[in-house]
Amino acid sequence: MDRLAGYRQELRRYRAGLLLAIILTAVPTVMVRWGGFSASATLMWVLALVLIQIAVHLYCFLHIGTQRSSRDELGLILFTAVIVLLMVGGTLLVFIDQMQRMG
Amino acid sequence: MSSSTPTIPVPMNPDHVIDKQREEQPRLLGFWVFLMSDALIFALLFAVYATMMTHATDGGPTGKQLFDLKASLIETLLLLVSSFTFGMASLNVMYRPQRLRMLVGWLGVTLALGLAFLAMELNDFRLLIAQGASAQRSGFLSAFYALVSTHGLHVTAGCVWLLLMLVQLKVFGLDARVRLRLKCLALFWHFLDVIWVAIYGIVYLQGLI
Repeated sequence: MDRLAGYRQELRRYRAGLLLAIILTAVPTVMVRWGGFSASATLMWVLALVLIQIAVHLYCFLHIGTQRSSRDELGLILFTAVIVLLMVGGTLLVFIDQMQRMG
Repeated sequence: MSSSTPTIPVPMNPDHVIDKQREEQPRLLGFWVFLMSDALIFALLFAVYATMMTHATDGGPTGKQLFDLKASLIETLLLLVSSFTFGMASLNVMYRPQRLRMLVGWLGVTLALGLAFLAMELNDFRLLIAQGASAQRSGFLSAFYALVSTHGLHVTAGCVWLLLMLVQLKVFGLDARVRLRLKCLALFWHFLDVIWVAIYGIVYLQGLI
């Protein structure tokens, strides 16, 4: 009985993941193709929706949550996120500044 | 039943399943460490791309002129659905290990979707190069090919791995080792999907705004 419940719960999770992923792909695609927003507003929405979709994938497909069994992975992901933020953010900061100074 | 036939260890009760999960946890965590270091490679390729995309076209074609929204959307959907089908395969490993044929079926569908994705991507590259947008045309295109083809190489590796797992399922059946390898491959496959989501948003959609 427990196994059946677990199976159904996981199945729901994968289905929800697929549905949400398709919606989160469709919305920015429609915005870029047909949306009448300004370029910077569209860009912000696209980036925000990418981040949300990554979170959905992590939760629904990779089973990362706050439960005990995935806490180590969650810590690892957050640590990597900090490193990525530092390296990518730093790179962009330096290069964009340089481009502006060089005209 | 003779004793020489290999028996498939079937998780009989939920406690047993949880024990198995605890045993495999450190190894899976090790694989997560690899995935995250891989994520750093992609993060830096994204950073290079972001610094190149606007100012380094060298008078050549820009993303807006080159990128094909329809093709990249179909590629995205192929990978999304393949992530789901691999999820179904993982569910079969976990809850219905005795029904090997269904597992092989889901893995086969996943492999077919992965190969279709690769075929579409190679076709995209072919069309781009035919328009004169090859990697040596500009810094922007070098960064584009470096990022997207690194992901493509990962998907190729994933497809080869998937093929090997199908062979192992045939040879060994679904024993503990094969089960662990399938779990690692599942993580790898879902991870590649996450990277592609970022590529679709940051490279293709951003380029077409």
